[in-house]
Amino acid sequence: MEHETTAELNQQANQQANDRADKQDHERDERADADYRPSARQQERERFRRARKRRNSVIAALCTLAGLLAVGAAAVASPGWDRVHSLFLNGAEFRKTLPAILDGFWLNIQMFLVAEVLILALGLLIALVRVTRAPGLQPLRLAATLYVDVFRGVPTLLLVFLVGFGLPALQLQGTPSQPWVLGVIALVLSYAAYVGEVFRAGLNSVHPAQRNAARALGLSETQTLRRVVLPQAVRNVLPPLLNDFIALQKDTALVAVLGPLEALRVAQIKADYAFNYTPYLGAALLFIAVTIPLTRYADRLQRRSALRTWAEAGQ
Amino acid sequence: MSRARTVVAASLGAVVVLTAAACAPQPQKSATSAASGAGSAACSINSPNLYKQGQLTVATDSPAYAPWFDNNTPADGKGFESAVAYAVAGKLGFSQSQVKWVVEPFDNSYAPGAKTFDFDINEISNTPERAKAVDFSTSYYTASQAVLVLGKSKYAGATSLSALKDAKIGVQVATTSYQAVIDEIKPTQQPSVFNTTNDEVNALQNGQIDAVVTDLPTVFYLAGSELQGGKILGQFGYAGGTPEQFGLLLGKGSGLTACVDQALAGLKADGTLDRLTSQWLASSANAPELKP
Repeated sequence: MEHETTAELNQQANQQANDRADKQDHERDERADADYRPSARQQERERFRRARKRRNSVIAALCTLAGLLAVGAAAVASPGWDRVHSLFLNGAEFRKTLPAILDGFWLNIQMFLVAEVLILALGLLIALVRVTRAPGLQPLRLAATLYVDVFRGVPTLLLVFLVGFGLPALQLQGTPSQPWVLGVIALVLSYAAYVGEVFRAGLNSVHPAQRNAARALGLSETQTLRRVVLPQAVRNVLPPLLNDFIALQKDTALVAVLGPLEALRVAQIKADYAFNYTPYLGAALLFIAVTIPLTRYADRLQRRSALRTWAEAGQ
Repeated sequence: MSRARTVVAASLGAVVVLTAAACAPQPQKSATSAASGAGSAACSINSPNLYKQGQLTVATDSPAYAPWFDNNTPADGKGFESAVAYAVAGKLGFSQSQVKWVVEPFDNSYAPGAKTFDFDINEISNTPERAKAVDFSTSYYTASQAVLVLGKSKYAGATSLSALKDAKIGVQVATTSYQAVIDEIKPTQQPSVFNTTNDEVNALQNGQIDAVVTDLPTVFYLAGSELQGGKILGQFGYAGGTPEQFGLLLGKGSGLTACVDQALAGLKADGTLDRLTSQWLASSANAPELKP
């Protein structure tokens, strides 16, 4: 007993001494930081590094430019270039058709936004049903599993056909007849299955210890889910979620088969009217204009989450 | 050292790309020179301008619909366009068995580059704009547009185009019907554009659209065999008096265009074309005219 107490006291005293020393060290460091000048050698080293970095980026830029020029020259030098140029890259045709394609593209954006909200809600619901363990929910769990199996397995275009022409054919009261609404229903059915699986992966990625810890702190089952598990799950799967939404953005073009004039259909009409493929290029550019920022954003999130993982592992 | 290596690597890469590009193009057929001399040799079954020697390769889209084709089998010689193709082949000296049918999706038919067919027959309207991309033969049929509704529809009694202003109209993509609807009916709602006439008929039966506008023979076919309780409202010409004329589609600068024109002129002169028209498209004649 006595020994132990003495040892403890000693330890405490040592600790305090250490703390004081640390503090002094720290203050000395700060003073040193204030009037620190890198040595001549260090300065030379930094200069060299800067020069090397500059040189590397110049070489990278030149090589990229040379590559682009080579590909461009090869394309222009090919014998069919004139025809390709007038059929695919016709400036007059591009200017003439772009406004109409842009009008159509507005419909794509609307469908995308409406579908995205519904998909998030439905997908999360499916995922939650699939990860719960309550025995009473077994029928619901089976239904959710079946849903995912079926709707993830059926090609989206097929779903658009089935919902678009099949649902109205039932002649039920209150069935929407607007083709784009039917198209959105089909897209939601298809993508909710994918997104549900993404959410499920996210929920499963949260370590059980987190749940146990939350329960031990006295949070209820619902509170645990809402405040501890879900935020981590969603954070973990943000990049794949965004990925699915980029795919969804492009797949809004599939709704064209039901009749509405979205961007791709407008482009097809213009192209087939004048036998000139340039309108397709306009539509492609519009889709790219939306998906590239989304893609970059997804990349950034992915990088951030990777950095976070490394930081956590490094502790 | 490293700098030299990078530069060498970069220029080597460029050289490789350029060389590959220079080697890649296929040798071009000297088709243009033969085009002018559309004499007897150029228009025979051994013409050097044929896609395959001793054989006439004819393209159309799939599915191929009546009354233009029969039962999606162009090779049976039944249906108007199938019959015309065989008649043209006959004039050029090909026997039935020397005609080979291939499938060519409409969107691909006007792609640049070498064609995999001698001519494409697919209800393709000849316009000056389109003729910049491909060659067209002279016309073998002049189509007018027609309107199809359900008998129980509220538009079933319409007698003019303006009565259809507020109707939801369906057209098939890649047809001139779309422009005809926009220009002649000037609808208040955007037309719905479908991939196939089948989709149009479905949408009509589901009540998703009120009327189908497409060329007259197709409307007759739809009303006759695909749609229960349909009613043909009537026909209207399009493009301010310029009739819509179907031509055979050939590759730009094809050496065969003159031959095909010659053959079609022969078929017009000896009455074959008229006979085929009345044989396969007879019912189209007596639809009422829809005025604006």
